[in-house]
Amino acid sequence: MPFKRFVEIGRVALVNYGKDYGRLVVIVDVVDQNRALIDAPDMVRCQINFKRLSLTDIKIDIKRVPKKTTLIKAMEDADVKNKWENSSWGKKLIVQKRRASLNDFDRFKVMLARIKRGGAIRQELAKLKKAAA
Amino acid sequence: MAPTSKLSQGIKKASRSHTYHRRGLWAIKAKHGGAFPKAVKTDAVAAVAAPKFYPADDVKPRQPSTRKPNATKLRSSITPGTVLILLAGRFMGKRVVFLKQLKSGLLLVTGPFMINGVPIRRVNQAYIFATSTNVDVSGVNVDKIEDKYFARDKKKKAEKTEDELFETEKQTTKDLPQFKKEDQKAVDAALIKAIEAVPDLKAYLGARFSLRDGDKPHDMVF
Repeated sequence: MPFKRFVEIGRVALVNYGKDYGRLVVIVDVVDQNRALIDAPDMVRCQINFKRLSLTDIKIDIKRVPKKTTLIKAMEDADVKNKWENSSWGKKLIVQKRRASLNDFDRFKVMLARIKRGGAIRQELAKLKKAAA
Repeated sequence: MAPTSKLSQGIKKASRSHTYHRRGLWAIKAKHGGAFPKAVKTDAVAAVAAPKFYPADDVKPRQPSTRKPNATKLRSSITPGTVLILLAGRFMGKRVVFLKQLKSGLLLVTGPFMINGVPIRRVNQAYIFATSTNVDVSGVNVDKIEDKYFARDKKKKAEKTEDELFETEKQTTKDLPQFKKEDQKAVDAALIKAIEAVPDLKAYLGARFSLRDGDKPHDMVF
């Protein structure tokens, strides 16, 4: 089972602990065995422990520690945002965020929709059972 | 600098003439034509007879508090038309519509009655959740409903004869006065129209709120 996602310059990662929890960042340099320098379009470049990062499949083409504008351009060229939002991981996070922001009325509507969907499924199943019998 | 500020022990900063001018006694004298107004001694003090009893200790008489309570602050999340969830009482869990805050600080809410059985009622702000759902209440007029509307009727204690006393208790059913039923209908008419305009809102208000497995109220957005 070889590793597929490596820590390298240009690797896009998700911060999974701390103040910037949930932010997509790019590894722009490696400080030492434990720490990397990360950067993102809307934050100040800083160092972070690898343990606080979850590597993603996305990689962009940059040189070591690029300027902010260069980084932003490289991210747009690689279409990081769309690639992330269309990946199953990214889609999952979007759904989680949406579910967390539902208000009481929304949750009620979701409940009605689930009941309706369940009813439709059971109807179809009954039809199929009847046809198979 | 106040004239009583000291330069040193026993030495005042302002001179006698300066202090006299500052105190303005000259202005009072001038106002009363060159002389100080003399207070007229009332004879009321002398007229009181010497009291028979002097208490042993000098105890200060208790003064009633002159503190006035502030008007109850309405939470910023509650505006006319907000759907509230009642947390306690007979209608626990019911989702109701907020109408206005009364002078006593209590909130005036209605079910509407036809939808969930909650009449025009007062409710304490502490016992509700405010949701972010709003109903259009522009057509509703609650100006005439105040705290007095909810005052209990004072029952007149009828004189019971001996026979009546030993009779079994008659069921005195308190019937709602007709004007209250009509007020309810009037308030709810415009509300129900606004509610039916929003899909699912009627069913939402008819259902009770409850926590299910996995629900974390501190994490939920209301």
